[in-house]
Amino acid sequence: MTTLSRPPAPTLRPSLQGFFQKTGFDPRFTSMLLVLLAVWVGLALMTEGTFLSPRNLYNLSIQTCVTGVMACGMVFLIVARQIDLSVGSLLAFSGMLIAYTQVVLFPPEAGWGWPLSIVAGLAGGLLVGAFQGWWVAYRQVPAFVVTLAGYLMYRGAAFLVADGQTLAPLAPDYQLLGGGLSGAIGPLWSSLLGLLACVFVVWQRVQVRRSRTAYGAEQLALWADGLRVLLQCGAIIGFVWVMNSYTAFNAQQERVGKGIAVPVLILIAVALAMSFVATRTRFGRYVFAMGGNPDAALLSGIPTLRVMLTLFMLMGALAALAAVITTARLNAGANSIGQMAELYVIAAAVIGGTSLAGGVGSIAGSVVGALLIQSLDNGMVLMDVSSAKRQICIGLVLIGAVWFDVVYNRRSSR
Amino acid sequence: MRDNFSGLPRLVEVDRVSKHFGGVMAVDDVSCDLRPGEVVGLLGHNGAGKSTLIKMLSGVYAPDSGEFRVEGKPVAFASPRDARAAGIETIHQTLALADNLDAAANLFLGRELMTRWGTLDTPRMEHEARQIIAKLNPHFTQLHRPVKAMSGGQRQTVAIARALYFNARILIMDEPCAALGPAETRMVIDTIHRLKAQGIGIFLISHDMPDVFEVCDRVTVMKNGRVVGTEAVADVTQDEVLGMIIGGRQPAHRTARSPDLHPVLATGT
Repeated sequence: MTTLSRPPAPTLRPSLQGFFQKTGFDPRFTSMLLVLLAVWVGLALMTEGTFLSPRNLYNLSIQTCVTGVMACGMVFLIVARQIDLSVGSLLAFSGMLIAYTQVVLFPPEAGWGWPLSIVAGLAGGLLVGAFQGWWVAYRQVPAFVVTLAGYLMYRGAAFLVADGQTLAPLAPDYQLLGGGLSGAIGPLWSSLLGLLACVFVVWQRVQVRRSRTAYGAEQLALWADGLRVLLQCGAIIGFVWVMNSYTAFNAQQERVGKGIAVPVLILIAVALAMSFVATRTRFGRYVFAMGGNPDAALLSGIPTLRVMLTLFMLMGALAALAAVITTARLNAGANSIGQMAELYVIAAAVIGGTSLAGGVGSIAGSVVGALLIQSLDNGMVLMDVSSAKRQICIGLVLIGAVWFDVVYNRRSSR
Repeated sequence: MRDNFSGLPRLVEVDRVSKHFGGVMAVDDVSCDLRPGEVVGLLGHNGAGKSTLIKMLSGVYAPDSGEFRVEGKPVAFASPRDARAAGIETIHQTLALADNLDAAANLFLGRELMTRWGTLDTPRMEHEARQIIAKLNPHFTQLHRPVKAMSGGQRQTVAIARALYFNARILIMDEPCAALGPAETRMVIDTIHRLKAQGIGIFLISHDMPDVFEVCDRVTVMKNGRVVGTEAVADVTQDEVLGMIIGGRQPAHRTARSPDLHPVLATGT
């Protein structure tokens, strides 16, 4: 009866296996972090340290946001065995809606024009998502086709919003959302937030241990949970420290630390919210069940069509949020924004351990995946690699990530 | 008919139900019934219509014509959710488990226990899963692993636990022992006996004659979408039942009494 009761990754050496079992660390996520570290060290060596300078890491953190926010939605779609190839075009369309609302409908002086423009962008994203979801769920047109058509349509729609014009400038307050010149919260708030995050990490672990004891579930060794907390808090403190060490002149010509950029806060909020949805809500459970076994989901009475529709709407809203960050950072709306974003987003999700076979994926993984792919992009820019060669390289990384997924699944299901 | 259930009210009545897919009559004017504490074997070749019948009973398909009654009341299921609400639990042949989720998540799939904040109450679901699975199979303790890492018997345990947890009155088991070894088959058979004793009515689909004769009180045999006949197990031999399945032949005790009775009309209970 216990012939199949093997640990999840039987190909690892026994000592490693034991380590993952004792610590409860996810082997896949851990190996991804190690790859990220290796890439960073490699890029730092090849750029003589420039890559790891606070200034570059600050920029990298902002560059990761657009891909990261959308990857959080893409994970859900891929987990449910769907895909959205239209996110880049949808980003451009929502971005144009936002810019149009701010520049044409309301003059930039109007203080409430920009919050309204965000509402308009999100509404546009949700509507387009509902349109795609309806075709996929209720008309059974494969998501690949619907969203490939969308890839074309929304790019065209983005052009039509302002007849191909670039709309600028946008409201100064709005630009903060893109992390521009003063779009960061400063060292004090960053440190406080970091502290709060550390407290939360500890508190959460204590809660987990308590509930394990309360229900008589297996308890991990104290040192294992301690190590986890230590690593998580270390990462938080390190991140805040680096962001605070990037200094720039303020209005009074004093050098002050930047702190965490506003778009990064948006990404963190989105990632936390989506992780919560994935692990703590019915909707998240259903998405994973549908990906693991669509028939079982149906036979269990899960409203699969409604879940599917909601998924595409969620993706649309996140693409619109990414459009907010993009346009705020550019200080303009142009119909060419978000080109190739779909590839970066899908690559981020897949590199982050989301299986294209469905049923497996994590938000944290996809954010790390986004960070990894943006690191490569950023590093190659520093090294003066041409954009053509960067495209080739990112494409190869995508194939490599999927190949890793195939090999990993074959080994662990044997 | 010589059985111990004739006096009991009927738990389920299937009354002249038909279902076609395109031009194919998958289920053609089928009637059968089930009483509390009774196990009725649904027998027949692949394609005889058993699976379609139970899929209608479990709310996956809607019948084209005919009626289902549960405890005398007509029911119409728009989805599996409705069938479950009416107390009908189904253990599908495929088990209908999500491979990527663990035992507790599968057990409560579609009927999750929630906290008062409206979030999944994972600890409580794990606790409850542990309790019910321990009753079925005390050796099965590693509930945290995804279903794909479990053995056939463990998967079957999860599927049975899911059907039992919600106090089903009617259980449909589609080939529960098909992929199991002898020890695990024993576990399933024992479970069926225990459920019978609790007054649960069970429709059992199986191809294994010894199993059928061990646990079933009656058998309803189907062929090409129609009912060949319903017999008390005590009245017939295994060979006669095989004759019904393969040849659509009536058992000797019926042909002796009424030689030219049309097979389809011989469904009376």
